[in-house]
Amino acid sequence: MTTTDPGLSGIDLDVPPVKPSRGRAVGTQRSLTPGATLGLGIAVVWFSLLVLIPLAVVIGTGVAGGPDRFWAALTNSQTLSAIGLTVGVSLVATAINVVVGTIIAWVLVRDRFWGKSILNVTIDIPFALPTIVAGLVLLSLYGRGSPLGLDVANTRWAVGLAIAFVTLPFVVRTVQPVLEELEADVEEAASSLGASSLTTFRRVILPSLFPAITAGAALSFARGISEYGSLVLLSGNLPNRTEVVSVRVLTHIENGDLASASAIATGMLVIALSVIVVLDVIQRRVARRDS
Amino acid sequence: MIREPVLVRWGLRAFAIAYVVMLVLWPVGLVVTHTFADGFGNVIQALSDPVVIAALALTAQVTVWSVMLNLFFGVGISLLLVRYDFWGKRALSALVDLPLSVSPVVVGLALMLVYNRNAPVGGFLYSIGYQIIFSTPGMILATVFVALPLVVREVVPVLTEIGDEQEQAGRSLGANGWQVFSRITLPGIKWAVVYGVVLALARSLGEFGAVKVVSGNIALRTQTATLVVEETYQNFEQGTAYTVALILTFAAVLCITVVSILRPKEKQT
Repeated sequence: MTTTDPGLSGIDLDVPPVKPSRGRAVGTQRSLTPGATLGLGIAVVWFSLLVLIPLAVVIGTGVAGGPDRFWAALTNSQTLSAIGLTVGVSLVATAINVVVGTIIAWVLVRDRFWGKSILNVTIDIPFALPTIVAGLVLLSLYGRGSPLGLDVANTRWAVGLAIAFVTLPFVVRTVQPVLEELEADVEEAASSLGASSLTTFRRVILPSLFPAITAGAALSFARGISEYGSLVLLSGNLPNRTEVVSVRVLTHIENGDLASASAIATGMLVIALSVIVVLDVIQRRVARRDS
Repeated sequence: MIREPVLVRWGLRAFAIAYVVMLVLWPVGLVVTHTFADGFGNVIQALSDPVVIAALALTAQVTVWSVMLNLFFGVGISLLLVRYDFWGKRALSALVDLPLSVSPVVVGLALMLVYNRNAPVGGFLYSIGYQIIFSTPGMILATVFVALPLVVREVVPVLTEIGDEQEQAGRSLGANGWQVFSRITLPGIKWAVVYGVVLALARSLGEFGAVKVVSGNIALRTQTATLVVEETYQNFEQGTAYTVALILTFAAVLCITVVSILRPKEKQT
């Protein structure tokens, strides 16, 4: 037996050594086997055909007309006002989510009350509910004939409402697991040293939640600027008033102006990619701190 | 563990509940009351409309394909990302999340640019008899795209956590790749795969923007349930819109409830 695996050393089986130079400490089959290489090949081809090539073609089509046309498509006054509205509303919704999402995560982890599990499940509804249905349900409470006597349909409030709805789960679901894992003794140490609850929260808990809150905020912002379905019925898509970027892209597609649609889509992809990079950096930083 | 003052705790609890009720629970509840506002009339009318039935059937078909493809590739990509080292792994790992933050409209546009009849790839496929855009395959592609990260995101952490010592042991005892996967790896990641599939199912049933762009929205042929909700609402057939919305809501709530019931089970085993 040439295997160094201590767990198997007592068993006298005539099997060839599993693979050279794979100590227990490393313990993983890191290099690609022929089967895995084939699998990787298929996965990469699939991923390229489905995601990478189409998105690359969007960017290619967007910049094909040269920088002037690209810039003209992005700075069209109606497009600029859509970008302003979408980014503005998404930033506000993200700010609300940072505060409210952290509070909801806190309540879900630290508080105990009847109906908490219902609250917990409800948080996921905006994630699972079809976006067009989200628009419809919000319209029935906040649109014409509202039981509250409100009617925000076709206003900028409606855009904010829809984006707040669809982005609700992100901060809650990134903060919640971190809050669950927090060590109680750090907080006890802080309070035994005389820190008030508020100080402990601000100086001990909040810093450890910071990466999770940032990650949730990044996801929430990305989702906000890309939102389309929930706004269709709710916002009326009024040019220069309630029209968001996704709707601009769709209008260009429907008018057959794929170059302008691609130019705006390229801008949105750049934002989506930067969010991915932010998340990757946060994840790596947290992983390094843990190890 | 710090204990906030009672008043603060009640305040936070009331605020959290009020926010979620006003934003989510109450509006979603209204779908039920609107659907049954005049008894079962809306439901009967909607379900006897061939356009609605065709749309529900098409949604089911697209969802089944999308979930199967995502199950296969999701588990495969997760295994590769966790168990192997290769060039470009970090990029693949980050890019797998990309569909979560790309606008559905951009997804639709991207697929349309590549797979329409006049594009090189789409033209080739059309010449051998496969129409992708304005047809079911395009809608399946769009749906797979948006649900792609869900299985991977569920399976990767579990696969990392269970480690591969048992797989190593199995392999050293002479099990082949398939035996190791089906007898050791799969039972370990079973629940993660189930969550991923259920989440992908919910997402696939409800996809709207991407499908709208690639489908052409032709009644009886390429109109899914979500597209029917939009069209019927805008045509003032609100009873039908609410009924289809209720069916979709029911499916979505069922999916997340199943996940939330299954989740604690995993911790016990």
